[in-house]
Amino acid sequence: MTSTIQTSVQRRHLPFSVALGLGLAIVIIMASLLSPYLMPFDPMRMAAGPRLTAPSMKYLFGTDEFGRDLFSRVLIGGRLSLGIGITAVVSGLLVGGLVGLFAAFSGRTIETVLLRLIDVLYSFPDTLIALALVAFLGPGIGNATLAIAISLVPFYARVTYGLAAAERAKPYIEAARLARIRSGRLVRVHVMPNITQSLIVMGTLGFSSAILSASGLSFLGLGVQPPSPEWGAILAAGRNYITKAPWILIFPGLAICLTVLSFNLIGDSLRDIVDPRRKGRS
Amino acid sequence: MTSKPLLRVEGLRKSFSANRHTVHALNGVSLALEQGETLGIIGESGSGKSTLGRIAVGLETPTAGELHVEGMRIDTMSPRLRRDKLRRCQMIFQDPYSSLNPRLPVGRQIGEGLFARGESDWRAIDATVADLLDRVGLKREFAKRYPHEFSGGQRQRIAIARALAPDPHIVVADEPVSALDVSIQAQILDLLAELKKQGDLSYIFISHDMAVVARLCDRVAVMHRGRIVECGSVSAIIENPQHPYTRNLLDAVPRFGRRRTGQKPVVVRLPLHNDGDCFIDVGEGHVVLQSASSE
Repeated sequence: MTSTIQTSVQRRHLPFSVALGLGLAIVIIMASLLSPYLMPFDPMRMAAGPRLTAPSMKYLFGTDEFGRDLFSRVLIGGRLSLGIGITAVVSGLLVGGLVGLFAAFSGRTIETVLLRLIDVLYSFPDTLIALALVAFLGPGIGNATLAIAISLVPFYARVTYGLAAAERAKPYIEAARLARIRSGRLVRVHVMPNITQSLIVMGTLGFSSAILSASGLSFLGLGVQPPSPEWGAILAAGRNYITKAPWILIFPGLAICLTVLSFNLIGDSLRDIVDPRRKGRS
Repeated sequence: MTSKPLLRVEGLRKSFSANRHTVHALNGVSLALEQGETLGIIGESGSGKSTLGRIAVGLETPTAGELHVEGMRIDTMSPRLRRDKLRRCQMIFQDPYSSLNPRLPVGRQIGEGLFARGESDWRAIDATVADLLDRVGLKREFAKRYPHEFSGGQRQRIAIARALAPDPHIVVADEPVSALDVSIQAQILDLLAELKKQGDLSYIFISHDMAVVARLCDRVAVMHRGRIVECGSVSAIIENPQHPYTRNLLDAVPRFGRRRTGQKPVVVRLPLHNDGDCFIDVGEGHVVLQSASSE
């Protein structure tokens, strides 16, 4: 009874954290998408203003060591950061999800081997995996995205396996097996609809970690290459001026922070909503 | 009754290992289900009755022993052939909530069994599904609804329709009414009896409830600690129980109007059976497991 009341209350009023997360995410995504129309200067144009100018009405975020307008650079940089994040998460989730489902539904031997393999990979921090891969593949935006996607695969494989294994044990799956439904169809028609919600939540949470990895790689000079204004790359370029012009670090840093925060807030509250303990009433 | 039994198990054993110790769920069970019969399997939790049912439909594989379906030994067949053979064995589960997929319309869930059987025209499948819903006493248009829109009894009817979809000869019902209200229990039991009359069905009916078994079954096998300790017709078992465990089970049934004479329940020491113990025939197919080291 109380839980019913709680749900109806939650349906009417969005919790503050979700509202904040959603609001931030919408602002960040819109700003990135509309950046060509919003930015006051060409982000690549040197000497758009004096070098290392402090933030002012004309240069909202100030200018960098080459006199480029930081506001324009951070805006357009969002496209790169978010783009890398989304591409990496979607492909990581796709591959990891398939591996996880395959592990859960293809017999004990394959299951054990795959799981051990995933465990070994999962024991390394994903940024470290991405770093090693980029070191091997060579720097660049494409390779960085690929490396981040690969670094997310063990996580998503593990999560998908867990969800699928929990479904697998339920009587309705046993009933479907008794009807001799083939494994592929079983997964597609019976398992997938029951786990997609949770996977979307995990996707949202992975997105912030992907953005962090992307910025980290760019900061180290392994991701997006210098003139391109990715947030991590701007940070890296500005680190020599930390005392003279701290705004070069503050604004892209803030952009990374707020993006990660907003997606974590959304992901966390989504996770609460689709928590298996609150399922069943559907 | 003299023809080949529909399903026969011989010396069935099953052990599970969990946390480094082994649990013996079945210790050599032999049983036959005749054509058109309802065989009750009764026993307490952990007596191995559900494991037996799950082996009969192929959800578990026995550790040792033989499984014959329609006269063919199937535990030695290749998985593919075995699966094909076991299509004729379906199951009704205890919990009508978790046994239905919450995100699939019920008609679709019933239809999946027909699709897997080789029917590919969904219009024909939908028509058959509607007929099946009709047979289990539900409205034909319920097919489009989702499980959460139904009550427990209705869900169990849907589960029965799903079990009937692949046109089974054997239906294993694992405590199908334990999760339901008593009034609904009677309706479901009547439905099962009615369906058997209509078609070519035999049931293995697993329950811990003597009253439910007495209502529906022709024969009963009493299980205790992974063994069948007594087997016979329902009337023979109820009126003339031979094994101490069966008597315990029958005494445990609460009855109206039982006189309170202040008589305390007698604690009986149940015999521990070994593999060498034999069945004694006490007449008309009523057999009791007797300890070799006689009492």
